[in-house]
Amino acid sequence: MKTSQKIAGATANYVDERTGAAKWLKKNLTKVFPDHWSFMLGEICLYSFVILLMTGTFLTFWFDPSQREVIYHGSYLPLSGVHMSAAYDSTLHLSFDVRGGLLMRQIHHWAALIFMSAIVAHLFRVFFTGAFRKPREFNWLIGIGLLTFGIVEGFLGYSLPDDLLSGTGIRIAEAILQAIPVVGSYLAFFAFGGPFPGTAFIPRIFIVHVLLLPGLFLALITIHLMLVWYQKHTQYPGPGRTEKNVVGYPLMPVYMAKAGGFFFIVFGITAFLGAVASINPIWLYGPYTPGQISAGSQPDWYMGWLDGLVRMAPPLETHAFGHTISWNILIPGLFIPGIIFTGMALYPFIESWITGDKREHHLLDRPRNAPNRTALGVMSITFMLISLANGGNDIIATHFHLTINAIMWFTRIGLFTVPPIAFVITKRVCLSLQRADRDLVLHGKETGRLVMLPTGEMVEVHEPLSDAKKWTLTQHQQPDALPAPLPASATVGLKGKFRARLNRANATQIPAATLTDLKELGDGHH
Amino acid sequence: MKKISSFRRHRIAGPILVVAALFTIGTAFGVASALPSAQSTITTGTSTLVSQGKAIFLRGCSSCHGLHAEGGSIAPSLIGVGSAAVDFQVGTGRMPMADMSQQAMQKKPLYNPQETAALAAYVSSLAPGPSAVTNESLTYERDGNSALGGQLFRTNCAMCHNFAGQGGALTNGKYAPSLMGVDPKYIYEAMVTGPQSMPKFTDATITPQEKLSIIKWLQEANHEQNQGGASLGRVGPVTEGLLGWVLGLGLLIGVSVWLAMKAK
Amino acid sequence: MSDHSQVERFQDPGLPEHVHRNADVDPIAAKRAERQVAILFLLSAVGTVLTIVSYVFVKSDKYIYLPVMGSTNVQQLLLGIGLTAATLFIGLGAIQWAKKLMPDQEVIAERHEFRSEDVDRDDLVATFKERGEATGLGRRSLIKRTLGLALGLVGLSPLILLRDTGPLPGKYFDTTDWAAGTRLLLDPAGTPIKASDLEVGAVAQVLPELPAGTERTLENTGKDAVLLIRLHPEDFNLDAQRLSWTYQGIIAFSKICTHMGCAVALYEQQTHHLLCPCHQSTFDVTRAAKVIFGPAARPLPQLAITVNSDGYLVAQQPFTLPIGPSFWERNSSNG
Repeated sequence: MKTSQKIAGATANYVDERTGAAKWLKKNLTKVFPDHWSFMLGEICLYSFVILLMTGTFLTFWFDPSQREVIYHGSYLPLSGVHMSAAYDSTLHLSFDVRGGLLMRQIHHWAALIFMSAIVAHLFRVFFTGAFRKPREFNWLIGIGLLTFGIVEGFLGYSLPDDLLSGTGIRIAEAILQAIPVVGSYLAFFAFGGPFPGTAFIPRIFIVHVLLLPGLFLALITIHLMLVWYQKHTQYPGPGRTEKNVVGYPLMPVYMAKAGGFFFIVFGITAFLGAVASINPIWLYGPYTPGQISAGSQPDWYMGWLDGLVRMAPPLETHAFGHTISWNILIPGLFIPGIIFTGMALYPFIESWITGDKREHHLLDRPRNAPNRTALGVMSITFMLISLANGGNDIIATHFHLTINAIMWFTRIGLFTVPPIAFVITKRVCLSLQRADRDLVLHGKETGRLVMLPTGEMVEVHEPLSDAKKWTLTQHQQPDALPAPLPASATVGLKGKFRARLNRANATQIPAATLTDLKELGDGHH
Repeated sequence: MKKISSFRRHRIAGPILVVAALFTIGTAFGVASALPSAQSTITTGTSTLVSQGKAIFLRGCSSCHGLHAEGGSIAPSLIGVGSAAVDFQVGTGRMPMADMSQQAMQKKPLYNPQETAALAAYVSSLAPGPSAVTNESLTYERDGNSALGGQLFRTNCAMCHNFAGQGGALTNGKYAPSLMGVDPKYIYEAMVTGPQSMPKFTDATITPQEKLSIIKWLQEANHEQNQGGASLGRVGPVTEGLLGWVLGLGLLIGVSVWLAMKAK
Repeated sequence: MSDHSQVERFQDPGLPEHVHRNADVDPIAAKRAERQVAILFLLSAVGTVLTIVSYVFVKSDKYIYLPVMGSTNVQQLLLGIGLTAATLFIGLGAIQWAKKLMPDQEVIAERHEFRSEDVDRDDLVATFKERGEATGLGRRSLIKRTLGLALGLVGLSPLILLRDTGPLPGKYFDTTDWAAGTRLLLDPAGTPIKASDLEVGAVAQVLPELPAGTERTLENTGKDAVLLIRLHPEDFNLDAQRLSWTYQGIIAFSKICTHMGCAVALYEQQTHHLLCPCHQSTFDVTRAAKVIFGPAARPLPQLAITVNSDGYLVAQQPFTLPIGPSFWERNSSNG
């Protein structure tokens, strides 16, 4: 036996005698993971998070989370002698006087942007394939939580340097707090340790940003992954894949290599962006002071939709009995986001209430086979995109020679008119695609080759689909798979009638082709 | 020949014809607008600068600004605007205004520097006003303080022109232009005369030395090397977010597709 | 639609035949794949070396011009490219290794039922019931109630400890540093200003003169910042009282947006409009900063100004209304 084998054996023995690790390692090293590129989106989130932890830790070794006033004497001359907070000063120091400091700052910020984009992309994938259905509702809720906290974490993170742009964002956040009825001015004073801007806010959000929220993320992500591990990942339908199995590759060696390698890819691409693209050049913004503002001030993209909603809000306030309620802030700043995130969180339960479907689902839906859900998703995305566009209306106006006023009006009206249109169009597209699938199965694939029949008729040769393809296109409707007809008891009363109505609307489908249909087509068909 | 005549009946022939016609008209108009008009010929001879300026004014400006530069409903009075305003507006090509839109756009100047000087002399002869300056007379390198200039810029200018002088939107289609690469004298003259939507910054509110500092800061900002890579326009998070999605997530999805593909 | 039992559905043909990769059957292809992976890993090593060399030897004040990117700092670029190569190529190598050389037979694993066995569930319920009764909570209501009281109260102490995170707002929002006779000072120069310093169409950013020895903080600026604008007096469309707050066409407004607190300093000289760049609220200066577009619900508070005996612009009185964004206690019936 070689020495290395002896050492490995001894170590393994040492550990196993104390932990019983051999048993669960044996089981888990052979765990099967289905392989599809869209399953990597969640991994992008996970690996960006690790990169954020690593680069963030680096930054904390130099960043001074204090708002005490200092005078700048570093190497960036255009700010020489300027009064600023220690937070801003230490960020300048990191950017200009610490080797690799700016690189780490940029990788950190790009990783944050990618983290949020990947969460959204992953959310889309999970939503449109119905992966949130039983037994994965808990994971969906955790995911919505990660999304929400991610937005907060990002906002706090880019506010730490106390520059003019992010400081303006903090001013706006304070105004939202202040606008809350009854307790608003107290909450604002408690959060900021007194009047705005104060000197307590940056040190406080620093702890939230580096300790509290990362800790929360670690816990949520751990539970999220443990659930995926235990429940096994979903898979796309196809030959050999059933609700009762998982088809894919084993953890060791394939998945370890691919997933482990992918971590380095995410790091590499984030590092690439950090190397070649400037992000958050705070020295150009200048230190924060409430008396200054820049044209084209926006939050980072994942808050852009909030900014867009606030911009398009009508100027509504109630002035009564010596008090003021700012609907123009509360509605777009708190109520609408509250409705959106609550709606998102509750969606799996709403959908199962509508369909009456209480079964487990481990095979994913092709989006076209769930037309209502897909249309609802596209409608929501349209809503968010319109809000997001308005968040950048001044940048759009200058670059495309439009007016901010026109963009504002377009989005005010479009926010309500365009999403329903998107719903209808998407649903129709899904149904058309279902029809196309049906035709494909029954008539085969068009080959573009023409053949003349003895009768003189010109026909196009169709190639019949393989059995595997036929299966993939028709497996989605099991004998009793149509959205379960609701029991009569569930459809009484106003709520029940509403539920029945939704249930019927949801049940619009093009029937999948069956073998019987194919046989009925019989001869004389090409 | 057959191909053309058979193409005539193609259903796309009509739209293509319309597009071709529009393209031809547009190009012709563009070419015609770019051609220097006959008005730009210099009158040589014994005319003084002021009378030369008056002649140019009557030909090229009086239709909007009035025969005596008194202004009217479509153009403001030029009495008292000084040579600074003329040097700025005509030198940057904003005047004469090509169309009656929200804002006079910067374009290739119609008048050469000598004609511009003549116009400036004429207008300043009507009433005292701020004087034009030259790039050489602005000793910002020696007398300006760029850190102070930056602070002044952020307090007085960034709300329209953006923190890095990249320009910004005003209401109803008006905009504050980018200040990058603009001659120091035009920046100075603009601050003093307050062209169009821009307010005036008198020498009492921003002293000449402070104005030099602002110009110094702007020149340095224009030439400032990027510390961290491509600048993405220096307009903030909008372009950063776009790049993050398109390049960042795009590349990662590309790698994911490759990763999951079966190898040959 | 025919009766379900008679409809024949397409059957699952099962996993497709495994197709071997070149590297599985051809040793030359396998060797080639091995070389590819090796080269990728070597490139990563090169990347690490580049990172270290850039860190140690490249000067931090050198810049280079590149197409598309423009100018950039050389050391930061090389550090970044080095780090990119160091990490990216490990990933590419590992993935290429897995794709070309590691077994790619699809494996099937069975899913298991999550639901516990009935016997386990019943046992759990029984255990829970039995041991729950053993606690005696059910019978001993005194324990139950006092436990509830104790647990409910203990959570209050941490909450009450947060009280000192900040002072009470009190009358803070109602006052600024502007008072009768306070001189207007230019920001950032700090010098006082006379009416003749402003021409029609000019603006100035001003702050109040603070009592001697008082240092100006950002909190002061956040309340006190004022914008001074000069128009032709005939351009104003104001009632008599507001007109009396102006001086020879000079009008002063709080610069802090009444919507969400950004600095409203963008003045359009020809339209006499003020634009807040944050959410595009637009205010009409000629009508005492009345809101004409955007989400702001109240005009900017106007500061009454006049000149003192030396000719410097001063405030006539404090602001008559709280400045800045709204809050519950704000009496906004007058704007």
